[in-house]
Amino acid sequence: MWRVVLKRLLAALPNLVGVVVITFLLTRAIPGDPAAYFAGGAATMEAVEQVRQQLGLDKPLIEQFFRYVGNLARGDLGLSLTTGQPVLKELMARLPASLEMVLLSLLLACAIAIPMGVLAATKPGSWFDQLARLITTAGVSPPTFFTGLLLAYVFYFLLGWAPAPLGRLDPIFSPPPTVTGLYLIDAALAGDRALWWAAFKQLILPVATMTIFVLAPIARMTRASMISVLSADFVRTARASGLRPSTVLVRYALRNALLPVVTTLGMVFGFMIGSSVIIEKVFGWPGVGSYAIDALTASDYAPVQGFVLTMGILFVLLNLLVDLLYVLIDPRVKIDA
Amino acid sequence: MSTPLSTLGHIRHVLSDNPVTLVAATLFAGFMLMALLGPSLVPFDPLATNVGPALSPPSGAHWFGTDALGRDIFSRVVVATRLDLGIAFSAVLLSFIIGMPLGLCAGFLGGWWDRVISRGADTIMAFPLFVLAMGIVAALGNTVGNIILATAVINLPFYIRVARAEANVRRDAGWIEAARLSGNGNARILAMHLFPNALPPAMVQVSLNMGWAILNAAGLSYIGLGVRPPEPEWGILVAEGAQFIVSGEWWVSFFPGMMLMLAVFTFNLLGDALRDIFDPRKRT
Repeated sequence: MWRVVLKRLLAALPNLVGVVVITFLLTRAIPGDPAAYFAGGAATMEAVEQVRQQLGLDKPLIEQFFRYVGNLARGDLGLSLTTGQPVLKELMARLPASLEMVLLSLLLACAIAIPMGVLAATKPGSWFDQLARLITTAGVSPPTFFTGLLLAYVFYFLLGWAPAPLGRLDPIFSPPPTVTGLYLIDAALAGDRALWWAAFKQLILPVATMTIFVLAPIARMTRASMISVLSADFVRTARASGLRPSTVLVRYALRNALLPVVTTLGMVFGFMIGSSVIIEKVFGWPGVGSYAIDALTASDYAPVQGFVLTMGILFVLLNLLVDLLYVLIDPRVKIDA
Repeated sequence: MSTPLSTLGHIRHVLSDNPVTLVAATLFAGFMLMALLGPSLVPFDPLATNVGPALSPPSGAHWFGTDALGRDIFSRVVVATRLDLGIAFSAVLLSFIIGMPLGLCAGFLGGWWDRVISRGADTIMAFPLFVLAMGIVAALGNTVGNIILATAVINLPFYIRVARAEANVRRDAGWIEAARLSGNGNARILAMHLFPNALPPAMVQVSLNMGWAILNAAGLSYIGLGVRPPEPEWGILVAEGAQFIVSGEWWVSFFPGMMLMLAVFTFNLLGDALRDIFDPRKRT
């Protein structure tokens, strides 16, 4: 089995290299003088020249690439012009906020979409099946910012159930002592119930928005996979042996049907990371996405490129994790290796 | 034994089996009409300010209400159709024109072609695609052309994969061998024989991609990239209204957002319908 794991790890390497190469090319694709962009709008000619020397922009492209990789290895993603802080430090500080939202959404989406897909598969073509298809397609169609704004309007303005979309915590609360950076976990570890509730309430709307968006791919995959598993011989045998329908469905069919769904989760993560940028803007969430947007509007390029690189690497690693998870779940993979 | 259905009969069968598809086709026709005829039929100039009281709710005079600058939202939403659909269509067309030949070459010629092209497509897919689009627009500059380019780039892998799969399957087929024996060179085989066969799944992809391209363009505009105000575009219109929705003026964001949703919904359903027509086995 370890050979399979190693093979998967090696397969991820070219993707990592590709991510780094593309991000590098993007940093050099800026029309005009990259040194001027990195020095900032108010820089003098000498400052621009200094930046040019510092970043090695006067050297040939290949050498620049190796310098870039060297910087990355040291964790140097450049400095943000607007805040003067190292980009990596700011990204790492803000990453937990984004991760908390994305992880919770994934859990919620799976909790809703997988049962929905299973039910739709047991009665294909029924009204439930059509309804599920309509709901999931409707969930995917509106842009995430629109869903978010609508939810904010209905649940905050009209009904008053949710708090104002102003970020991770009501201003009267201060964040819990940092253990993981995820407020729900940190507040629970600190034993602060009021704080936990406050953090939870602020999470509801952003998480709901993202969940609605990713219900469709998960539900569709579960349904398709379940339908094909339910028509397999071993399910027929299980039924013929007199096992209860629920046992057949959950213990036999679902376990096998979940395998392609796990693979879909990798793709779903990509959507979530992309849509998290927009959701963070809608709800004022202090994550990496809003950091990148603020930098972009201020023509501050280093944070944007750091963001693209970080998200690319994160995505490759997540897909690798999903691949490895698959190896662990599916015993047949060992035989192929 | 009953006679097999003609294409039209098959289409009619799919439509009757699935009335939602008919709705999608009607909506699609509606959007096309709006894009083509909209700007000449709207009651107000979409860029004219103060044609009505600022931030007034929907009424008889202003069907969708007015925004903070007193502009008629209905006119702006209808006129934006052309820009949004235009951007999405251009991006998808560009993706198609570049991606299909690349994928066909990769699938049919194999070897280095396959390795390089597949590696390229995989590298693009290694990124969360919206993030990559952001990065491309940030690097190349904040223009509509770059939005189209960025959206085209992130959609390339879909066409490359579809074309590659179709070409790969038919590579060793007897009729391809026959074509080669009758003197067709590689280019002719790719263009005349493989491309038409790859077209049906590609068409499904085109329709689904249109919906996705619209969302992409709107998303990029919402965060401030691409189309600049006061140019009416659905994403910008929603962004303009975002600050007002939490204080109760819901119509400024609602109507452009609904249009977006309807357009994407239409293209998603259309894609499903095309898939049902061409290959019912792939229904999900």
